[in-house]
Amino acid sequence: MQHATVKSYFWKGARAGAPFLFMAVPFAMLFGVLAAEAGFTLIQTMTFSISVFAGAAQFTALHLMQEQAPTVIVLISSLAVNLRVAMYSATLTPYLGGAPLWQRACAAYLVVDQSFALSIAQYESDRQMNGPQRLAYFFGTCSLIAPAWYGATLVGALVGTQIPDYLALDFIFPIAFLGIVAPMLRTLPHVIAAGTASVVALAAGGLPFNLGLIVAGTCGMMAGAQAEVMMARTKAGK
Amino acid sequence: MMPELDHTAIWIVIIGMALGSFALRFLFIGLVGDRPLPPWFLRHLRYTAVAIIPALVVPLAIWPEATGGQMDPARLSAATVTVAVGMLFRNALAGMASGAGVLMALLYLGF
Repeated sequence: MQHATVKSYFWKGARAGAPFLFMAVPFAMLFGVLAAEAGFTLIQTMTFSISVFAGAAQFTALHLMQEQAPTVIVLISSLAVNLRVAMYSATLTPYLGGAPLWQRACAAYLVVDQSFALSIAQYESDRQMNGPQRLAYFFGTCSLIAPAWYGATLVGALVGTQIPDYLALDFIFPIAFLGIVAPMLRTLPHVIAAGTASVVALAAGGLPFNLGLIVAGTCGMMAGAQAEVMMARTKAGK
Repeated sequence: MMPELDHTAIWIVIIGMALGSFALRFLFIGLVGDRPLPPWFLRHLRYTAVAIIPALVVPLAIWPEATGGQMDPARLSAATVTVAVGMLFRNALAGMASGAGVLMALLYLGF
């Protein structure tokens, strides 16, 4: 492994990332379609997808804007959906922290679910990798997904307004999000976090400015974290 | 059907989210370096996505906008199937496809 070139790690990352195209392409197209339906111009849709590059947060912002939520609430809620990338960034730091600042800045832009999951798995299984090899692998995992994300958004935005109403597009948003979150419910604390947040969201639906979302999200996070602590204590006690 | 969006507001959201998302991603990798973070902080970060996303969509599944907030058997079944299949197969696309299929079928049948 010592002799493997940096370039070969880039391609290795690209190959590992390829299957995620099946997820990213329909998702980005859907975003393009919904943004066009909501009245975004082509330039706005593309700027959004390229500069933000975070599917779930983009969908959240789009939805809240259509609900006429105040801009501050739109920003706080969408960035809260994206808080997990901060955790990914924290986890990747020991592996990529040695690279020059501009390379770290480029890597930061590309921190998404797929690049994080693939890279951490690779770094943990191949401890011999040096800094440049790690960075090359990381960039490789995004080399197909990022252009596909932009391209598919464009296609979706172009066909967007031509989708007939009987396809019940109104419900694509909940289905897409429930689909994303279901596989994330891996442990009991995750289920508790999701359950608490759902119940509080239903109870707090009447709060002004869509504040119920932030209250419910915060309660869910606290419930999940608390459940984790209690489970760890129970385990340690036995 | 949808209210017209204000283009200034759209640009503010786009720019705010572009800067905010980059800041979230850059915070640790760029600025914090390898200084350790408090465990309670990381513990809460772990549950952000699984808390915020259900808080956002569960009310929509129970009181859909398209039916004016009336509970709708087709949409509720579609949501339930999406979560069940997504959890069972640990696969987001399988969940979405099943949910969309159930919704289309039930709406076609007149539910």
